[in-house]
Amino acid sequence: MKKTFEEALLRLEEIIRKLDNGELNLEESLKLFEEGIALARHCNAKLDEAQGKVEILLGIEDGITKTQEFKIEEE
Amino acid sequence: MAMTKIYTVSQVTFFLKNLIEKEPELQSLWISGEISNFTLHSSGHMYFTLKDQSSRLRCVMFRGENKWLKFQPHDGLEVIVFGRIAIYPKNGEYQLYVELMEAAGLGSLYLAFEQLKNRLAEEGLFDPAKKRPLPKLPRKIGVITSPTGAAVQDIIRILHRRHPRVDILLIPAQVQGETAPESLIEAINLAGRLTKLDLLIIGRGGGSAEELWAFNNEGVARAMAACPIPTISAVGHESDFTIADLVADLRAPTPSGAAELAVPEVKEIRKKINMMMDNLKSSCLRLIERKQAQIFRLKTHPALTQPERLLLSRRQQVDEAKEELIRLINRLFEEKRKTLLVEMGKLDALSPLSTLARGYSICWKDKDGAFLRDAREINPGEKVTVVLNHGQLLCTVEETREEVIA
Repeated sequence: MKKTFEEALLRLEEIIRKLDNGELNLEESLKLFEEGIALARHCNAKLDEAQGKVEILLGIEDGITKTQEFKIEEE
Repeated sequence: MAMTKIYTVSQVTFFLKNLIEKEPELQSLWISGEISNFTLHSSGHMYFTLKDQSSRLRCVMFRGENKWLKFQPHDGLEVIVFGRIAIYPKNGEYQLYVELMEAAGLGSLYLAFEQLKNRLAEEGLFDPAKKRPLPKLPRKIGVITSPTGAAVQDIIRILHRRHPRVDILLIPAQVQGETAPESLIEAINLAGRLTKLDLLIIGRGGGSAEELWAFNNEGVARAMAACPIPTISAVGHESDFTIADLVADLRAPTPSGAAELAVPEVKEIRKKINMMMDNLKSSCLRLIERKQAQIFRLKTHPALTQPERLLLSRRQQVDEAKEELIRLINRLFEEKRKTLLVEMGKLDALSPLSTLARGYSICWKDKDGAFLRDAREINPGEKVTVVLNHGQLLCTVEETREEVIA
């Protein structure tokens, strides 16, 4: 699944709407159910990804972005 | 007698011109008044009249001077101007050559702010329809601010507290002083060129109106409007409103507020996702229950539970037909029986038994059982049996006679 978190969440909401309408046949519904559960797991996994980086931009040279780690003071 | 001196017009004009231009008080003075008859000439020079309740003063402000104006002068505006008085020899009129102009009342900064705001509003830069939605879960957030202020620390700390996995790229910029607008514009343009930035926070901590002024800069506003990344403005405190706030897709009251608006709290999203999962499961269960109910209805349908009922009417038809058949056969029997009785009656009339009933009798020889029809067939002393209608007579023949009794 190559969906971004955003797309996955939107699709999940759409699936729930469709299922709530109850107009689908059993086979379609079960398929959507499986997809929905997979999307929810995908979203949760995205949330579990590692701590994000904090960097400062030094400049763009020849199209290459130069950055370096930016440390914040401890509280 | 001295000759009366006769001046030419030019001589008088230059005479006055010299007088005025040698008077230091008139060569650098501040004057307050209301602008009227304002015209901006195609050359770029501004011509207007300053007036108060009882007098008027012609003014000119050349392009070289008025290009520094932060606001646009117009009729009715109360201003304080600095300049010098001089005579324009061509028409012999004196006028004020304006070098500086400040708006009276709320001041030039305020006026400039209002004017820029109105102009950009007319252009549609603040149009609510142009506001882009912010990503629900940005992966990488650009932060344009000073790398040394407290604001950057607050923003990063809060972003990561709410959502630990978001990447943050600080794009350093000067946020106050003469060169701040240029620095901000450059940073915004840089951010726009970077790929993978989902959101841009632009701002600084609190300060005086002058310190926040770069965020009221037209170039900054236009750079923000042109930026391909959705923007959150975060300038000063809750009470500070800047042009940047109006252009941004979302205005945050403070830098910390921007961090809170930029990312959702991970806990909240998790809760939402789990709720959606529950929703999904329950709607699926409901569906299965509905289908099960359907199956149950079908399974309990009489067609399946009592299939013999389907045959019942057919069976009835058969039964009825059978009964009819029996009835017909019985009737036939009855008729046949009646016919038989008639025939049997006829038969009865011919039977020897009925002859006996009429008084005749049958007689046979006991010796050989032969029926006696002729007296000559038996001798006296022989035994015979005579059968009557009722009973028999066991007899011994006493004598035989040949005559027939009449």
